[in-house]
Amino acid sequence: MHGQAPGPATVAVNSSDAPAISIEQVSKTFGGGADMVRAVDDVSLAIRRNEFFTLLGPSGCGKTTLLRLIAGFEHPTHGKLLLEGVDISALPPYQRPVNTVFQNYALFPHMTVAQNIGFGLEMLGRPKAEIASTVDAMLKLVRMEELKNRRTSQISGGQQQRVALARALAPRPKVLLLDEPLSALDFKLRKDMQIELKRLQSETGITFVFVTHDQEEALTMSDRIAVMAKGKVLQVGSPRDIYDRPAERFVANFVGDTNFLSAEMGSFVASTGSVRLPSGVTLSASLPEGGVRSGKVTVVVRPEHARLTAETAGKPLTGRLENTVYFGTDTHYHVRLISGEPFMVRMQNTRDQVARFAVGDTVGIELGDAALQVLRD
Amino acid sequence: MAEVATTPLPNTGFDLRRQPGFGAVAMLCLTILYAPILVLIVYSFNANDLVTRWSGFSMSWYGTALTNAGFYAAARNTLTISLTAMVAATILATLAAVATTRRAPFPGQGAAYMVINLPLMVPEIITAVATLSFFALLAQWFGLSFGIGNLILAHTVFCIPFAYMPIRARLEDMDLTLEHAAADLYATPWATFRRVTLPLLAPGISSGAALAFIVSFDDFTITQLVAGPGQTTLPIFIWSQLRRPITPELNAMCTILLGVSILFVSLSFLIANRRKANP
Amino acid sequence: MSEASDIRSRQLLTLPAVAVITLFGVLPLLVIVVYSVLKPATYGGVVWQVTPQAYVNFLFQQDIIDDTLHFTTDYLQIFARSTLFAALTTVVCLALGFPTAYFMATRPPGQRNWWILLITIPFWTNLLIRTLAVMLIIRDEGLLNDFLIWLHAIPKPIVILYTDTAIVLGLLYSYLPFMVLPLYASLEKLDFRLVEAGFDLYATRGQVLRRIVLPLTKPGIIAGSLLVFIPALGAYVTPLILGGGRHLLIGDLIAQQFGSGRNWPFGCAQALILMAMVLVALWFYVRNATGRVQHG
Repeated sequence: MHGQAPGPATVAVNSSDAPAISIEQVSKTFGGGADMVRAVDDVSLAIRRNEFFTLLGPSGCGKTTLLRLIAGFEHPTHGKLLLEGVDISALPPYQRPVNTVFQNYALFPHMTVAQNIGFGLEMLGRPKAEIASTVDAMLKLVRMEELKNRRTSQISGGQQQRVALARALAPRPKVLLLDEPLSALDFKLRKDMQIELKRLQSETGITFVFVTHDQEEALTMSDRIAVMAKGKVLQVGSPRDIYDRPAERFVANFVGDTNFLSAEMGSFVASTGSVRLPSGVTLSASLPEGGVRSGKVTVVVRPEHARLTAETAGKPLTGRLENTVYFGTDTHYHVRLISGEPFMVRMQNTRDQVARFAVGDTVGIELGDAALQVLRD
Repeated sequence: MAEVATTPLPNTGFDLRRQPGFGAVAMLCLTILYAPILVLIVYSFNANDLVTRWSGFSMSWYGTALTNAGFYAAARNTLTISLTAMVAATILATLAAVATTRRAPFPGQGAAYMVINLPLMVPEIITAVATLSFFALLAQWFGLSFGIGNLILAHTVFCIPFAYMPIRARLEDMDLTLEHAAADLYATPWATFRRVTLPLLAPGISSGAALAFIVSFDDFTITQLVAGPGQTTLPIFIWSQLRRPITPELNAMCTILLGVSILFVSLSFLIANRRKANP
Repeated sequence: MSEASDIRSRQLLTLPAVAVITLFGVLPLLVIVVYSVLKPATYGGVVWQVTPQAYVNFLFQQDIIDDTLHFTTDYLQIFARSTLFAALTTVVCLALGFPTAYFMATRPPGQRNWWILLITIPFWTNLLIRTLAVMLIIRDEGLLNDFLIWLHAIPKPIVILYTDTAIVLGLLYSYLPFMVLPLYASLEKLDFRLVEAGFDLYATRGQVLRRIVLPLTKPGIIAGSLLVFIPALGAYVTPLILGGGRHLLIGDLIAQQFGSGRNWPFGCAQALILMAMVLVALWFYVRNATGRVQHG
């Protein structure tokens, strides 16, 4: 499956250990002077081969710009981009063995589905027979065989999406870029496509770089995630790392629901330490990379790692139950702590839990083992 | 945008858009615009040779018109000039439109835009005398004259903006992402232009070419002042016929010209609108 | 392609069109500036001696006998008449064109296209022919007189052709589509929900028109007015055909200098004065337009 050389300028493979994409201190600025916008600010990343890598962040964080830098539609203001060890920073898009699935699909309206899918191979000068068989294989891969000769304006949104995928995969690129490809689909279709994309990535072995602002999507699909904000990469890690051990306030807030607590740093060794909560209770907590200082710190606790109790004596946190929200599978309990901070507890709705707590009750909150994570300042 | 996509509810009596009398004025305007033309056309079928006293239906004047040697020569000149100017103007306008649309402006684009639209802003008589003086100067100082090329050049100048506008309009409707997708799929800029931009732009180019042709075909002022001997175009020929007693032959010739203009306008219009239906 | 070479290639693509227009459109304008301060040659053309005579002749006439200069209003009158006619034409076109454009904009979409086509066709047909058609109707043996005589409304033909009235009628007829189309473009974009709001707040139809529709259509009104006023000011074909050779307007006055008048510098001077007037009108437009790009 590897071995075909895409791109009119064949990009020679430098080293087989080199990451698929290496982004080295890349910055991209637009405009100048007082109006200058730093879309991408000194980003360094290494994306591994055969990886499903996601760029996650709110709109305007620079993830799409970064994707366009990889594709070649923008040139970095500073820094270098390497593809399997080879510097591609100055290459135009049509010479990079990288293909993109655009957010609005960008299917050519004056061509049929088959012509769209075969376009890249046509541009590469492949023989007609090869193009035809690859197109058929692609149609089979995305399960669109019966739409082969339709005009792209005559097929549905979900079908267009799969044609866009097939078109980008047909030339066997080294890296596939996906720019929020599922954002225009309705809920059910999106869920189906998430599974589909995962399957395609593992079947083809091509590195996928996926851009989204949907943190749930990122968590379910990715091998690794890079969380971005304001042009910078805040944290890179597996979904588990990002969720359980957010390094920064923004990451903790953006991915999943979070509670923030102020505490005093106690003793610490390597990556674990202990913190003292305002109630006087001392608990162990994980520390971020780069360590912490002593003094006041912010601690994050995920709502599902806490439990509501009727007793308040000796509990790490106590407060007044302000609101309960029922979600079917679980219930969210919104508590106002004595310290004044808000705290949300999520508990699964088991049989014996029903209506144990009423709004206005004074409640205690227990925190599970390894529930606390100290944030980097 | 004001478009609210709904199926219209039955009219319950108060049409908030209606203004009393406006419909009548609109009809009046249509009448004013078309009455003289229609009269002209109708009287070209007049059997006798008095222009506006009707005596019976006849196609004979068309026969006379079409076999009129002067008319023929003028038609040949006109087609030479207008077709050449159309092709030249459309090519130049297409290049300029592709470079100036859908992108951040390049240094000097504002000035370029002003220059391209200049012929639309200057009254024709001024352009006419300026062009005349210019070619006279060239002849006087350098002995340089392009013959009928003078007219072709002059026509090309004012045809460019007319071709430019529909092409630019069509380009702005086209998603730049499509060209990005082509580049992403290994198409060089030239291949992208040939396989993606041009096919999708074709309706705009056709529309622009049609307009350029009409504008050149119909031009009188500039042509009359700049044309030299033997460079009579159809409008000038018709003008020269006004000196003699007017016969319905003139009407017939005018009707033929009108027919050509209407044909091209309608074509241009239909092409542009058909594409709006399937972008 | 780097960004710099991308910009370079775009500049190169625009160059041919710009070059052609600069060479054969802008340069000629410079030529007439130069010509306007030269001496006229006997059979047309110029003699290369600098003199402000052309501009002097615009306002003053030299007495043949004693060489004194008398202030003359001959040419000023012509320019004033042209301005008056152009303004009159603009106003009437607006009065007729606005209701028409409004009516068109409020038709159902399918019908609208037909209306646009109908109004567009005269816009693109030969101005000479259209003016001829008017002439054939209003002349002494023309349809209008024939009709009125047949009705016994008048004993003998009314002379319309070759009068001021004929010219104004001709101008009106020529430039009406130029007013309707920009007005239509503006009205088509009008958000009629604002009209709805007006009615909701107790406005009458007239008030809605005056206080809501008209102000919002201002860009179209200005564009249309300019598109009528400027060409009407420099109209050539209309006075040529309907003016009877008496050179009543700027357009054919200028042309005469290059024909039987044999005074090219004078013609150039007049053309430049006309150009100055056009620039004033354009400046007025730029000041009043609502920050849009020049061409919508």
